[in-house]
Amino acid sequence: MVTSSADLHTLTGAYAAHALDDPEREAFERHLLQCEACALEVAEFRDTLARLGAAETVAPPPALKARVLAKTATVRQLPPPSTPGEAVAGRRGGRRRTWTRLALAACVAAAAGLGGIAVQQYQRAEHAGVRAQQLQTQQARLTALLAAPDVRTATARSGGGSGTVVWSQHLGEAGFLADGLPPLASGTTYELWFDDAGTMRPGGLLTTSSGTVLLDGKIKDAAGIGVTVEPAGGSRHPSGRPVLLLPFS
Amino acid sequence: MSTVVHLSAPQRRGPDLRELVAQVAFGDQVAFGHLYDAAAGPVFGLVRRVLRDPAQSEEVTQEVMLEVWRNAARYQPERGEVMSWVLTIAHRRAVDRVRSAQAAGEREQKAAARSHVPPFDEVAEQVEGRLEREQVRRCLKGLTELQRESVSMAYYRGFSYREVADMLGVPLGTVKTRMRDGLIRLRDCLGVAW
Repeated sequence: MVTSSADLHTLTGAYAAHALDDPEREAFERHLLQCEACALEVAEFRDTLARLGAAETVAPPPALKARVLAKTATVRQLPPPSTPGEAVAGRRGGRRRTWTRLALAACVAAAAGLGGIAVQQYQRAEHAGVRAQQLQTQQARLTALLAAPDVRTATARSGGGSGTVVWSQHLGEAGFLADGLPPLASGTTYELWFDDAGTMRPGGLLTTSSGTVLLDGKIKDAAGIGVTVEPAGGSRHPSGRPVLLLPFS
Repeated sequence: MSTVVHLSAPQRRGPDLRELVAQVAFGDQVAFGHLYDAAAGPVFGLVRRVLRDPAQSEEVTQEVMLEVWRNAARYQPERGEVMSWVLTIAHRRAVDRVRSAQAAGEREQKAAARSHVPPFDEVAEQVEGRLEREQVRRCLKGLTELQRESVSMAYYRGFSYREVADMLGVPLGTVKTRMRDGLIRLRDCLGVAW
């Protein structure tokens, strides 16, 4: 997880000021999930810039308030992100699907447990808070994915291990479970890709040969996912043949 | 999870914004009215600073406040103050508006036309008055010229750091790092601490 390339780290300022273009922003957001120091710095910069913003205070025309309040009647509020406990309870489904879900749920729990240990190691509670928040968010989203009514899975083998993709077209999200994939050489990582009609779109990194990860970004029209081995920190385009290809079917 | 996060917030007076957001999350329109009163001025001021056009700024302010209404249940206190959350949304939407409004060619022309860096007096004039503005002004003054230009052009005008580099005629890497160390210096000067 210590892939904090110094180059990406220097983008904290430009990111907080919304000064990155889309591809860079996406790359940096992937990096952010793994870089607690960066997340902390971004949070501090946002507070800093908010002070600059607040110093610009100008009262808007009074009529605007009435317009905005009137609009709230027609704007549906989003629910809070679902908590792990409630989503796991009460699912139904085929035996195999249930099994996969349980296996995945166990992996998620294990990942969260590891996160807990990692969190203890930070000397500043604030670092831990940001990191724990990221883990919690990712875990909640994975749990929601596993509980989606239309969740489906596909599995393929590679070497002595296997990879499983879990997806919900309704949520537009996909997760990936690696179980004993070939060990990674030092300085390399697994990278996940959405297969957009043969064009691979980055979907995040998996830095271990066993583990669970929620893919970054939405499924959109992707036909499946691919997994490649990339230099630590990931690549923008696959640099080799995929280790695994898993169609959404 | 109990996380103790200390923040030196810009607004200590007035209603407890976290409490208001929690109520808004349950669909409380009265609480939303109070939240609007506290946030609409900073939102409108910031958006207008970036967009300049008052009519568009009103539209964007409305979008921002409705996004706050829609996402109130997803506000995470651990991630920062309410005002930071709201103004981050406001700034992102203002910048999106700037960028979507400008086709590539037109944008370059405008960029060239606007390429003069705002004289510091202009900034100073707009932030005169209240104590908070005074402090921001003082802290901006404490940056090197390149740090101040990099931060100001990105934040107040919505330029990407590539555009900032083009316009200032300095390498990309320089702008990246000046933006970052400028913000570090501002952070320390304003006493933002996590």
